[in-house]
Amino acid sequence: MTEVKSVVCPICGCLCDDLEVTVENNAIVKMKNGCSVCEAKMIHGYNSEERILKPMIRKDGKLVPVTMDEAIHKAAQILTDAKYPLLFGWSSSTSEAQRVGVELAEELGSALDNCCSVCHGPSVMATQEIGIPTCTLGQIRHRADLIVYWACNPWSSHPRHVERYTSFSEGRFEKSEWKDYIQKVKAASGKKKLEAAARQSRVIKYQPPPRPQTCTVDAPPQTIQKMGRKMIVFDVRKTMTAEAADYFVQVEPNKDYEILEALRCLINDQELDVEKVGGVPVEYLKEVADALVNCEFGVIFFGLGLTASAGRFRNIEIAISLTRDLNKKTKFVISPMRGHFNVTGANVVFAWQTGYPYALDFSQGYPQYNPGEFTAIDLLRRGDNDATLVISADPGAHFPKSAVQNMMKHPLIVINPDLNCISRLGDVVFPTQWCGIEYEGTAYRMDHVPIVLRKVVEPPEGVLNDEELLTKILAEVKRIKAEKAAKTPPKSTCATKKEEAN
Amino acid sequence: MVDQKLRATIITGRTIDQGVGKELGKGSQEYYDNAAVVFLDKADMMKLGIRNGVPVRVTSKFGSVIVKARKFPRGSMPGLVFMPCGLWANAVCGDATYSMGMPMFKGFPVEVEPAPGQPVLTLDELLKEEFGRGL
Ligand code: SF4
Repeated sequence: MTEVKSVVCPICGCLCDDLEVTVENNAIVKMKNGCSVCEAKMIHGYNSEERILKPMIRKDGKLVPVTMDEAIHKAAQILTDAKYPLLFGWSSSTSEAQRVGVELAEELGSALDNCCSVCHGPSVMATQEIGIPTCTLGQIRHRADLIVYWACNPWSSHPRHVERYTSFSEGRFEKSEWKDYIQKVKAASGKKKLEAAARQSRVIKYQPPPRPQTCTVDAPPQTIQKMGRKMIVFDVRKTMTAEAADYFVQVEPNKDYEILEALRCLINDQELDVEKVGGVPVEYLKEVADALVNCEFGVIFFGLGLTASAGRFRNIEIAISLTRDLNKKTKFVISPMRGHFNVTGANVVFAWQTGYPYALDFSQGYPQYNPGEFTAIDLLRRGDNDATLVISADPGAHFPKSAVQNMMKHPLIVINPDLNCISRLGDVVFPTQWCGIEYEGTAYRMDHVPIVLRKVVEPPEGVLNDEELLTKILAEVKRIKAEKAAKTPPKSTCATKKEEAN
Repeated sequence: MVDQKLRATIITGRTIDQGVGKELGKGSQEYYDNAAVVFLDKADMMKLGIRNGVPVRVTSKFGSVIVKARKFPRGSMPGLVFMPCGLWANAVCGDATYSMGMPMFKGFPVEVEPAPGQPVLTLDELLKEEFGRGL
C-alpha cells in the first residue's frame, strides 16, 4: 500500500492539489480531501466497466475491437480524405497533447475548437474587447472580504471552490466563515425540528421568522452589513451556494444585463427612477451597491448563467465594466468560473501557438479566428465540416441534439478514456489514459496558474496517452499525404505547357 | 384546478449529483437517476397535479423529451424549470448561437406536461432514438 500526497484533481477548474491518495495493487482504494465528484472519479469512475481498453471501429453498425495500427490508419485516412474536418474537445487533456492537436489541425487545414466555445467563449470575447481586471485565486483566498458569485453555483460545479479559495478558506488576512455557516445550518435544522414538533403537537404555534437573506422580504437584510467576509449570490434560483450566502438576490432569467447596468448607475451615484430592475427592488440593489463599494477587496466570480443567457458576451462586458467602475472606489477583481480542469489550458496553448484562444480555422494555411463562424456549434449547424475528431470531451452529452445529429452525418473519430455519449456514437474509437491519474502533464487552473498533474497508477497495457496517440495519428496523416502527393502527377506550369507544345 | 400544460422558462446547469453520476460513468444508474430529471417549483407541480418522480414531457421548439419531475428543494421559482446538463436536457436545447458560438442552454421557453405511464428512456435508448446508433 502506498500513499501519494499532493495529488492534483483532474476534474474541474479548481485543480485542487492537496489530495491524498492510497494505492494498492495498482488501484486507488482510498482518498482524502477530494469532493464527492472527485471521489466518484478517482476511486470508482476511472476504473469502471465503462473503461475503453481497445481501439474500436464501427463495422455493420457495431463497434468492434481492432488493433491500434488499424485504428490509427483508419482515423488518419478519414482525416486526410475529408475536405474540412473539425477537431474539437481538448478541455480534459494535457497542454502537451493540446500542442500536438494544433500541429495536426495545421497539417490538415481543418477547423480547431475547444470546449470553451460552449462555456466561457463569450467571456474570452468580452475580455478581448475590454480587458479584464483579475488576479490569482491565492490572492482572493488571503485578501478578499467580499465574494460575489454571479449566475454560478460552485457548490455543484466546483464543490471545493468556496472552501479552498473564498468564504470558507482561512486566508492570511481574512478569516474563514465556515463556523458561522455551521451555526446557521444548526439553527436552521433546530428551527425545522421546532416546526415539526409544533405540527405534531399542534400546541405551540411556531411562526418562522422571515428568511433574512432573500430579496423577497420586506426589509433589507442585516447580514449584508456584517463584519468579516461576506458572500453575495445572484442567481435565478436558490442554489446551495445561495443558501450559504449572506445575501441572495433572485434575478429574473435573462435580466442579468439590466441588473449589472443598474448597479453601475448606483455606484456612480446616479438615481434610478424605477422600483424594480430584473425583478429586484432598487432598494436591495442599493444595499448591494453599498456593500460592493464599502469592501476592501471584492471579487466577482461568474458562470454560465451570464455567458449562456440572453446578451451572451455583452453580459460579461458589462460585468467587467462594473468591476472597472468599482476599482475607482475600492479594489475589485473579476474571474470566470472555468469548468473542465484544463479548458483554460486549451485557450492558453492555442493562443501561444496561433495567436487565438479558440474558434480557429486553418483552411487557408494560416490560423484565422472568428467565434460564430469557426466555433463548433456554428460549423455543425451550417454543416461545413465533413469529418470530426473529438478528444477528451463529450459533445454527445453537452451539445444540443441537432448539432450532434449533424456531426453524425460524417465520419466521427473519438479519443476518450471511457464510453461516454460521444464514444458510444463514434466510427473510430480510441482508448486513452486518464491524465492526472495514469500519466503526468500540465494543466492550467481557472486563474491561469499552470499545475503539473501527477501519475498515481500505471495505465492498462497497450493504452496510449493523448499526446502519444495524437503524435502517431499526425505521423500517419503526414505519411498518407506524402503517399498521395507522390501518386498525383505534378500540376503543369506555363513553362512545362510551352515545352509540351514545342 | 389542474392545468394540462405549464409554460415556463428553462435553465440547464450542473448539479452535484449529476456531476457524481457523470464521473461514475455516463451509463451508470446514478447518471440516469440524476440527469433524466426536471426540477419544478412546488406551486407549479401542484398546478400540473403531479408529484415527485412522475414522468413529464418537456417540449421546446427544438425538441421534446420525457424525464422525471422533481420538486426544487429550495426557495421558490414559479415559471422556471431546471434540468441538469446531459443528454436529456440537450434534447430540448437549440443550436442558435447568435453568432457567438454559444448554443441555447438557458432562458428559453418550454412546455411541461404530465406523461403518466410513459417511459423515461435510458442513455442507450435515447442515443438510439435520437441518433440511430449505439455500441
Ligand atoms: S473542487 Fe473540483 S478540482 Fe477540487 S476536488 Fe472537487 S472536482 Fe476536484
